[in-house]
Amino acid sequence: MKHRLKTGGRFVDRSAPRTFFFNGIKGKGYRGDTLASALMAKGQSVVGRSFKYHRPRGIVAAGAEEPNALVGLGAGAGHEPNQRATTTELYDGLRAESQNHWPSLKTDIGAVNGLLARFLPAGFYYKTFIHPRPFWKHVFEPFIRQTAGLGKAPTAADADRYEHFYAFVDVLVVGGGIAGLEAARAAGAAGARVLLVEQTAQWGGRTPVDIAGGAEAVAALLAELDAMPNVTQRTRMMGAGVYDHGFVLCYEQLTDHRPEAAGPRHRLWKIRAKQVVTATGAIERPLSFAGNDLPGVMLAAAARDYVENFAVAPGRRVVVVTNNDDAYRTALTLRAHGIDVPAVVDARQGGAGPLLEEARAAGIRVQLGAAIHKAKGRTRVDAVEIGAVTGGEVSETLACDAVAMSGGWSPVVHLWSHCGGKLLWSDAHAHFYPDPALPPTGRDGAAFVRAAGTANGVMRAHEAASDGAAQGQAAAAEAGFDAPEIVATPLETPDEAPMRPVWLMPEDADIGLREKMWLDFQNDVKVSDVQLAAREGFESVEHTKRYTTLGMATDQGKLSNINGLAILSQALNEEIPRVGTTTFRPPYTPISMGAIAGEARGETFQPLRCTPMHAWHAAHGAHWEPVGQWRRPYAYMRAGESVAQAVAREVKNTRQALGLLDASTLGKILVKGPDAGRFLDMLYTNSFSKLKVGRCRYGLMCSENGFLSDDGVVARLSDDTWLCHTTTGGADRIHAWMEDWLQCEWWDWQVHTLNVTEQYGQIAVVGPQARVALERLGGIDVSKAALPFMGWVEGTLGGVPVRVYRISFSGELSYEIAVPAHRALELWEALLAVGADLGVMPYGTEALHIMRAEKGFIMIGDETDGTVIPQDLGLDWAISKKKDDYLGKRAQQRPHMRDPERWKLVGLQTVDGTVLPDGAYAVGEGENALGQRRMIGRVTSSYHSPTLARGIAMGLVEHGPERMGEVLEFPGTDGTLYRARIVDPVFYDPEGAKQDV
Amino acid sequence: MLMLHCPYCGVDVDETELTPGGAAHLTRFGPESNDDAFEAYLFLRDNPKGVHFERWRHTYGCGKWFIAARCTVTLEVFGTYKAPCKAPPAHILDAIRARRPGVISAWSKAEGVA
Repeated sequence: MKHRLKTGGRFVDRSAPRTFFFNGIKGKGYRGDTLASALMAKGQSVVGRSFKYHRPRGIVAAGAEEPNALVGLGAGAGHEPNQRATTTELYDGLRAESQNHWPSLKTDIGAVNGLLARFLPAGFYYKTFIHPRPFWKHVFEPFIRQTAGLGKAPTAADADRYEHFYAFVDVLVVGGGIAGLEAARAAGAAGARVLLVEQTAQWGGRTPVDIAGGAEAVAALLAELDAMPNVTQRTRMMGAGVYDHGFVLCYEQLTDHRPEAAGPRHRLWKIRAKQVVTATGAIERPLSFAGNDLPGVMLAAAARDYVENFAVAPGRRVVVVTNNDDAYRTALTLRAHGIDVPAVVDARQGGAGPLLEEARAAGIRVQLGAAIHKAKGRTRVDAVEIGAVTGGEVSETLACDAVAMSGGWSPVVHLWSHCGGKLLWSDAHAHFYPDPALPPTGRDGAAFVRAAGTANGVMRAHEAASDGAAQGQAAAAEAGFDAPEIVATPLETPDEAPMRPVWLMPEDADIGLREKMWLDFQNDVKVSDVQLAAREGFESVEHTKRYTTLGMATDQGKLSNINGLAILSQALNEEIPRVGTTTFRPPYTPISMGAIAGEARGETFQPLRCTPMHAWHAAHGAHWEPVGQWRRPYAYMRAGESVAQAVAREVKNTRQALGLLDASTLGKILVKGPDAGRFLDMLYTNSFSKLKVGRCRYGLMCSENGFLSDDGVVARLSDDTWLCHTTTGGADRIHAWMEDWLQCEWWDWQVHTLNVTEQYGQIAVVGPQARVALERLGGIDVSKAALPFMGWVEGTLGGVPVRVYRISFSGELSYEIAVPAHRALELWEALLAVGADLGVMPYGTEALHIMRAEKGFIMIGDETDGTVIPQDLGLDWAISKKKDDYLGKRAQQRPHMRDPERWKLVGLQTVDGTVLPDGAYAVGEGENALGQRRMIGRVTSSYHSPTLARGIAMGLVEHGPERMGEVLEFPGTDGTLYRARIVDPVFYDPEGAKQDV
Repeated sequence: MLMLHCPYCGVDVDETELTPGGAAHLTRFGPESNDDAFEAYLFLRDNPKGVHFERWRHTYGCGKWFIAARCTVTLEVFGTYKAPCKAPPAHILDAIRARRPGVISAWSKAEGVA
């Protein structure tokens, strides 16, 4: 640990050593280290390669804004790419791999991109996407695929657990620095329920490092908060996003720092807060000088953080370069720890406030009105060239192994902006800060977000503390709590001279230098790229961002935003506030996919709806098919059978003997009331008010746009009661549709609806032996005379109360039996028992589908796709001509709906008996507008029919019903040409004799 | 994520409990209507930047439809009311007038509502 200082380090515990591996090489650190501080202590200056040019990159920051030190953590099911080393707490055995290099970090073949930099300008991808096309395909794309991309996607399923958590608070304070602590104290003292969250593991933010007595002040505040039962504090919890009406997402990392611990790894908090205080601090900006991306060049505040918090020296000779007073603190800290500071290079002629004198008193040389013209070095900075900030030559070269830079501070306005808070520009600080007149507003129209402290543009610690207290008090008052006057902790903060925005160093840098000035380290965007984008006409900051990739990926404007905007506005000759910022979008820093999924994975991904016979199916070889949230048996497998063989067996057995189908998933909606008949006449295309009690009728429902939406059999149960069957997937949708019309349009009609889908089990008893089986059970008379086709009766079968419908979706003699759900399994098993010697077999959904297709019955979702009207399907017989109105009638009167060119339903029979590919298109003479072969029809359902021992299909064909016998061509995607004859869609028992026996 | 008051349940509910239903107070045009009226009913919506009357169903609650008067820009909610009605009730219009002077008179004129 050659860069570890002998003493100090607020966070590290030297009695607790930790071992880690970086690219397989062992390193040592302490509890309290981050991976970044441990790497720096080890002397590892190159931690990754840049995205585009594969330049060597080192650690720039000490927090979430780190652009370079992204690593892959863990292996196998625990692997996670793109983790920031600066926010990864060290634990024993941590394994990290650097990213974006090949074959190794030290020797990276992609670094040749750097030599080709002039051929990879802004908008490179867009330009090469266009022309020359072959060049892209054969040259650029293979190369880019090999070398581009951050990190590797995990290959194994995530082995960790995650959870979602809900909270309701009066005041949520995001950020545990001095302003956040003061805000929480003020709101807590008012009696509000307060949640205070801090993204790092430590409280206090910059105050303990930067302010004399700061650590003690923070400790005292924390003690006060601990004593308030209405205040909850949580560390390692990041405010990820602020959304409408006080909804906030927070992301808590529970075990990342102690992977051996039990429990969920991450927790996603879904919080409703009456008021939100964003005390999210500020982020230091880099300076744009040539070579500012060399390893060893870092942010000034980060440099002193590594010294103060981790006892790690960023270098042995550190040049400080700044345009503001704050970086003097870094010079003083470094010197106090025995690190050589050859010079403070200050761009301001007038220099700093009292800190300047302090630095000089400590023996530090201060060069005013100066700039770094160039940082030099290969894999680490080894010298800087110094000269005047504007005009003039390089005056001297200073040897150094690190540079601490400060371009000023930008408030973290992300959370403020997520839900619409607007920003103002400060000329004094050259940054955007929240506009108190245009805050995010809640559902009462009042502000629900307040920024506090440096996040609010209040840049000095003692003022930030007072602002925090004031905002906390105001938030509590707005949430309805009487807030007592709170006096903020007094802090000693020296006066500061104004900063001076310096967007280029030197300000008159030539193109040779500008091509080496990085604005966005992570995405390899340079000053020259933004200037080129402006020259090419990208005037909108949003367009420039996408064209150059400035501020993309994990950066999201944290480091690069203001510097990029400044360059763009200079190039456009506009004021920065007129150019504006890009949109800040959540999450503030990346959150894990696991946390987003929470518990919703595997079996708990979504609820599973089970019919009363579900367990029986599972025990009897069910090959499941998901149907909405149900699982239905596709077929029941027997030993040695393929799925296709099982399906064929089930079809043949049902047609020849007896089949049982679990039809419980069918939607069942009761419609009752004096106006129920009138209501159903509006809902269905056919007439139901005239249906006799005791009878059933097949009905069609259309949308107001005329398209077929659902179908099913309706039974009239009594004078004022109908039971509507819907498709399995349509039950909830159709019930909602009914309620929509009843509540919002015909609210004076007296109708009540009830979705009773799950109250009944439903068993279809199908096949020539169906009646025999029911007679054996004993009970209701199920003879043709007593229960004719399309009738229903109520009574008992085998002692079980039932309602029996004589309806058939297979073309066979068929009874659908509705039974109270808790007795459905009993009836199912009784049917299997009495049917044993009749050859009874259960059958699944595929046999159901095949048998309905053999009969030419349509299936919602196969023959319909939201563009098909009943008339297309030859269902005119189910459309009442007598009714004045029904939903969809007006739409079906439009000329396009009556166009004879509309494709119509026909049967399709392959010439050679093979099965047509589902969805295949028929092609005819001529070409369409795109020069493709003209399409004249398509296959909507296609099966192998075990009954007919050949392929059968249905399809929609131009003038189809008029073209019976014609053979059409269907080119398959496999290159095969299928030929099929247009036939009647009813392939089996066209007279309907078998179902009506 | 919006929070709306369900006028049936009497509680504030999260958007995840609700299903949106588009613009409220449409007049249905059926088989006897002309093409323009039918097109306007089926397809043409105001999509205002500002005050909007919109249908919501408390799907994962009472199942009832209600109407929210909401500003599409600021998301301010002026009030919610039960769906069965042809026009917004007076107290809702008053609430909007108090917050957005001028909007309601223009709206009433366009909709022919007193």
